[in-house]
Amino acid sequence: MGKLSERLYNGIVKENPTFVQMLGMCPTLAVTTTAINGIGMGLATTVILTLSNLLIAMLRKVIPDKVRIPAFIVIIASFVTIVQFIMEAFVPSLYASLGLFIPLIVVNCIILGRAESYASKNKPLPSVFDGIGMGLGFTIGLTCIAMVREFFGTGCLFGFDILTPVREFFVNTIGGIENDKLSYLVNPESLNPISIFINPPGAFFVLAFLIAFLNYRNIKKAKKTGEKPELCKLADCASCQNHACAGKKGKED
Amino acid sequence: MNVILFAISAALLSNVVLSQFLGICPFLGVSKKVGTAAGMGAAVIFVMTIASAVTSLIYYYVLVPFELEYLNTIVFILVIAALVQFVEMLLKKMMPSLYQALGVYLPLITTNCAVLGIALTNVQKEYSILMSTLNGLFSAVGFAIAIIILAGIREKIDNNDVPESFKGAPVVLLTAGLMAMAFMGLAGLI
Repeated sequence: MGKLSERLYNGIVKENPTFVQMLGMCPTLAVTTTAINGIGMGLATTVILTLSNLLIAMLRKVIPDKVRIPAFIVIIASFVTIVQFIMEAFVPSLYASLGLFIPLIVVNCIILGRAESYASKNKPLPSVFDGIGMGLGFTIGLTCIAMVREFFGTGCLFGFDILTPVREFFVNTIGGIENDKLSYLVNPESLNPISIFINPPGAFFVLAFLIAFLNYRNIKKAKKTGEKPELCKLADCASCQNHACAGKKGKED
Repeated sequence: MNVILFAISAALLSNVVLSQFLGICPFLGVSKKVGTAAGMGAAVIFVMTIASAVTSLIYYYVLVPFELEYLNTIVFILVIAALVQFVEMLLKKMMPSLYQALGVYLPLITTNCAVLGIALTNVQKEYSILMSTLNGLFSAVGFAIAIIILAGIREKIDNNDVPESFKGAPVVLLTAGLMAMAFMGLAGLI
């Protein structure tokens, strides 16, 4: 595998920011009420991450080590403001539904974390691919969570109503048959969206179960090979490598 | 507006963490022990109150007169970063005992999105400077309440037999989800 495609693989699978590193949790939980929002947030973050990685990698020999964090923040904040304007102008409805979380990309742990741990030490081209990989990994994570939440919470997927046709199908076929057992099993009236999924608690539950599922798969795989399973564990502040991240910075000082 | 009503709604009803999803990183990351959680909560209360006051002062007396409102994201994050550094130095010099209690948590707060998030919300909702300060204070109290409760529950979870695949992050997220449900129930308070 070439170095550049290795970067993409690393971001999307091996160090997936959502499921493996658990970074950028605020937007992950907040905006994933619909799949479109998830993709929009993910792509906005990808663009900002890629551009800031590029600029920081280009300036890595110019920025003095002592003021690197403020310098990174200024670079990231500038790109965020640019993207904010672009989104406000061209996709106003998406901009309105993401709301506060567009400017809050500034403090997204992923971006400052990649700047600190990768872009400030590597050449521009690999940094760009690192940004694209991490960004796509984040987008995929958000979209997965958002699809689950949107489907169970509203009965739609990407804004298309799925539940109504399904319910009509059941009403037309099963509802017509006078079969108590069958109608008990699938009562079309009971096919309603579960609104807790799009409420705040649903975000925590869906993410918990998705991570538990991935853990289960990893444990099973590890049992076959006899290795120790790689679990997604909440990083201890002291042991985390990502010094730039809020709540995970303890080691630096 | 009634201050008590405002306090309850900022701290409990629209809790920063559990219903607005701001500051999830420290909420999940620094909630292993009640002691550290309380320290983090206190530091957030301290910084968020000052940051809300200072950012809204800067917004209304610097950005608005110069018509630079669109730069608020960049200005606010720099102000918050500088403010945290300044508060740290000031505490070290003036109040060493308070510094010892809060010192380690202060640098963590710069990138805590709750601080920036509340500062931006204050401006968005066009709160006056006093209201912004109160909003910052009460939201931070809400953060402290949530993180201390979570830490208390996590200390108990350590003694329980959690299924292998739920160990670590998932069980903490489930706990947070149940807490969010409980906080949704508080909507009946008003």
